[in-house]
Amino acid sequence: MGAFYQLSSTDYVLALPIILLALFALGILLIDLMLPADQKWANALTAFVGLLFSAKAVYNLQHWLAGSGGSYGMMRTLLVDHVAIYFFYLFLAATAIAILMSVRYLETVHENHGEYYALLLMSVAGMMCMAAGYDIVLIFIGLELMAISTYVLVGFLRRDRRSNEAALKYLLLGAFSSGIFAYGLSLLYGLTGSTNLGVIGDALYGLMQHPQYRPILVVALLTTLTGLLFKIAAIPFHQWAPDAYEGAPTSITGFMSVAVKAAGWAMLLRILIGSPIRFGGLMFLRSLWLPVLVFVSIATMTGANFAALTQTNTKRLLAYSSIAHVGYMLLGLVAGTAVELNSDGIKGILIYLLVYTFMNLGAFGVITSLRRRHVIGDELDDLNGLYSRSPVEAVLMLVFLLSLAGIPPLAGFWGKYFIFLSLIESGHYTLAALGVLYSVFGLYYYLKMANAMFMRQPEKGEETLPVSYSMRLALGLTGFATLFIGIMPNRFIELVNWALNLSQNTNMAKLIR
Amino acid sequence: MYNHILSIILFTPLAGAVLLLFVPKENKGAIRWIANIFALGGFLISLPLVPWFWALRFDPGFKFVEGTANNWIPSIGAGYVLGIDGISFLLIMLTTLLGWISILSSWTAIENRVKEYYIWFLVLQTGMLGVFMALDFFLFFVFWEAMLVPMYLLIGIWGGPRKLYAAIKFFLYTLAGSVLMLLGILFLYFHHHALTQVYTFSIPELYKTAPQIYSDYGPYAATLLFLSFFFAFAIKVPMFPFHTWLPDAHVEAPTAGSVILAGVLLKMGTYGFIRFSLPFFPDVLTHGKVRFWVMVLSIIAIIYGALVSLMQKDMKKLVAYSSVSHLGFCTLGIFALSPLGLEGSVIQQINHGISTGALFLIVGILYERRHTREIAEYGGISNVMPLYATITMIMFLSSMGLPLLNGFVGEFSILQGTFMQKEIAGHPGWFWTAWAVPGVILAAAYLLWLYQRVFFGTVTNPKNEKLHDLTPREVATFVPLIIMAFWIGLYPKPFFQILEQPVNNLVATMHSQSTAGNVNAAAQPAMPDMPEMAMPDAATAGAPAAGGHAPQTPEPKGKH
Repeated sequence: MGAFYQLSSTDYVLALPIILLALFALGILLIDLMLPADQKWANALTAFVGLLFSAKAVYNLQHWLAGSGGSYGMMRTLLVDHVAIYFFYLFLAATAIAILMSVRYLETVHENHGEYYALLLMSVAGMMCMAAGYDIVLIFIGLELMAISTYVLVGFLRRDRRSNEAALKYLLLGAFSSGIFAYGLSLLYGLTGSTNLGVIGDALYGLMQHPQYRPILVVALLTTLTGLLFKIAAIPFHQWAPDAYEGAPTSITGFMSVAVKAAGWAMLLRILIGSPIRFGGLMFLRSLWLPVLVFVSIATMTGANFAALTQTNTKRLLAYSSIAHVGYMLLGLVAGTAVELNSDGIKGILIYLLVYTFMNLGAFGVITSLRRRHVIGDELDDLNGLYSRSPVEAVLMLVFLLSLAGIPPLAGFWGKYFIFLSLIESGHYTLAALGVLYSVFGLYYYLKMANAMFMRQPEKGEETLPVSYSMRLALGLTGFATLFIGIMPNRFIELVNWALNLSQNTNMAKLIR
Repeated sequence: MYNHILSIILFTPLAGAVLLLFVPKENKGAIRWIANIFALGGFLISLPLVPWFWALRFDPGFKFVEGTANNWIPSIGAGYVLGIDGISFLLIMLTTLLGWISILSSWTAIENRVKEYYIWFLVLQTGMLGVFMALDFFLFFVFWEAMLVPMYLLIGIWGGPRKLYAAIKFFLYTLAGSVLMLLGILFLYFHHHALTQVYTFSIPELYKTAPQIYSDYGPYAATLLFLSFFFAFAIKVPMFPFHTWLPDAHVEAPTAGSVILAGVLLKMGTYGFIRFSLPFFPDVLTHGKVRFWVMVLSIIAIIYGALVSLMQKDMKKLVAYSSVSHLGFCTLGIFALSPLGLEGSVIQQINHGISTGALFLIVGILYERRHTREIAEYGGISNVMPLYATITMIMFLSSMGLPLLNGFVGEFSILQGTFMQKEIAGHPGWFWTAWAVPGVILAAAYLLWLYQRVFFGTVTNPKNEKLHDLTPREVATFVPLIIMAFWIGLYPKPFFQILEQPVNNLVATMHSQSTAGNVNAAAQPAMPDMPEMAMPDAATAGAPAAGGHAPQTPEPKGKH
């Protein structure tokens, strides 16, 4: 340590997944210059290879860290623990599927540029920094890298006014929230004198013992939380989501709704809890942020479910549905007492993000494939009679929708199951009842889409839907995962137990020292 | 085969559905044949269960148990465990029989999207069988909810004019009840863990700990927990204020869907009451006001359902409301908590499956010929369709409870079992019986009046003059139902014998649990004694044997 810190090989190994992604992103930009217009698909291939290399690096890390809970690197700004590895895999899988869904779509909309894939990889690099960072500066840089990449991606349809408007809205609100977030982080730094989450956590624990620090702690907490909740699109910081989701290219909407959201969650867990092997961040302010989260989660479930009811645009509808899902997930953080987290709640959030990745990407994939020459395909009526046009897609969409609604034995049930389990376990019966009733409420708007697909007739003849092979692969993967995780969840539950080190310390969240 | 009979029965329909996936959808003939073969096969393959179960009928506990706890999802303690007792055995047989009959009855009724129809129907069949077989609460819940999806599609795609509304209402209504049940299940799960340090969803295990909730958490919490289950089951049955989904779903569903809906789906609610509500919460039922209100709701359902039936202009709606009334008898028999009432209730559930299933088929046959269900459109049908009129008469008489037919046996046992109870929720048994009896009379009124308007007299509507009588296929759908109606009506003893062990065990369990865990007995009316007459062989069957859900020695309280 110190001023002349030399990076060791360990540092590079820990950062390798991120470094590889950045290198491939730059490589794509170079290769793109040399590709003729009809061979732009090669960019997708390059991006795919980049993801594979990165995945291999993560795999090596996973085995390298199997014995220990995790390892610090890069001057203790990086803490690659099992949760970080879990999120790495999640980001890579979501991006891979999103790339499969993009290839045909970009050709259809005539925006087949290499930058698209480069930006995707860049944003994944940013996400990894958010998930593995243990230093508020690194996390913030990761956040900005991801956010700026997504701003551009949202506005990628240059000739489409909706896309431009969405990108501008997202940029302005995003920049605003980043500013507030940075202000909160600077307050934390001022209060604790460090940017390291572990040190911050310890210092905050000390400050919590002195009532005179309460007001400034509350201000720092609320400003930080604003930034965090904005990124996961929780009400009241959700306004950007429906607009950005609607205007963005559909493949990017799918990517944003799962990967960007998962990254937001990874950052939220990092800053609010720290790491399962080393609590830090705002963990010891739990008694302060708990009531805020209760309010936010109730507001989110209520607002999003009611708003989704009246939507006629499927992308907007799914945007509100994804906001509602954030409300359920927040309940997982609420579970427990003022001084103790419930490990099942955190487990629920991680499983929820896993299953949500597949089912929501799948649903957006089906909507992406509705895009044709002159039809945007994002209105509810565009789903009419989908069954007679493309039975396999319609049935897959039904699976995704029912999974989103949380009907067993589909994957989406497991996310909700663990969240509500944790609430019952920690005695929050009213919140649990509220949550399950809202999930019934949610079924209504999913069924509206199912009704359109199965029970209405297509408007313009019986044309069949052309579905590209890469899209078929993507839908097959997501559909298979949704069914498989639903019916055979055991390995995935154990994976999450591993990510949270639950086999070693069952009492992961005791706050009393 | 003997050891895996339940799995074989369970997955035969699903195998048919998977096979149908690979048949091209233009080939309707092949699809119909395959679906019917698998439906009939599903029934035939459940027949060996009859002699095998008969041999074991007096043995305590669950039979044909398959799978071990924790073999499915070890990390949460859920297992693929199947097993049956007399109650679920009868319901399973009813399900396989009605499944076959309704698939047979759809041969000409379903003309568009044939392939999907049979696939969803077969999937539905597996889901329903799973509900009755599951011995793991988690598995039960999965089947309970998964089964809603095919039913929703059956109503929504092949239903009548208001199908979208009916399908969504059905799905939302029933889901709303069952999600609260999930919270209740989780509470039992954690309670079990608190007492035994074991996480499990095994139903026989939960039987041991769940009754202690009353003493561990107090009457208020136990009542709330009881209600979380009650809503799920009461919506499914449906009991009086929760019944509004039923007329919509029944009227809009295709004929076969209505048959399954009335014949099997509604029984899941009553099955849930018997399987879970009674043994889990004996104290909630024997103390406090809950039982009183459940009984009142049952009576209201009986009378109200019958009165509304009387007023209907649409035949299918009439039959739908008559279901509310009949299921009111079933819940009355259950919550009378006497062995005879419970046995009668289960038999009445079977009867309702047989006769109401047949009534929906009857309505469906007329509808297929005339495409209307308005009673006013018909008259003098017995002149043009004599065979049809005869079968209808038999099924009407069975439904209204004429002696020598099945309905009488069930209703009489329920009423007798209720009558014999000295005291139910602060009132004597005869008091409740007196309120229920008008339902029997009203049933005769609405059915006979319907018969008179549709079948008697001369043919008033010229459109009805050319109707052809039943085809052999249609007759085939009624034959097993008529045989069963006469069998239960003339010789119900085997059915009572099959039910004897589980029912007596259940009543004995409730008795021992509730007297043992009685914290505030002084403030509450005493537990009614079992009348001697209603429990003929309490000595053999009532003894707490070492079976699956034998009553446990009550443990000392206050473990928390």
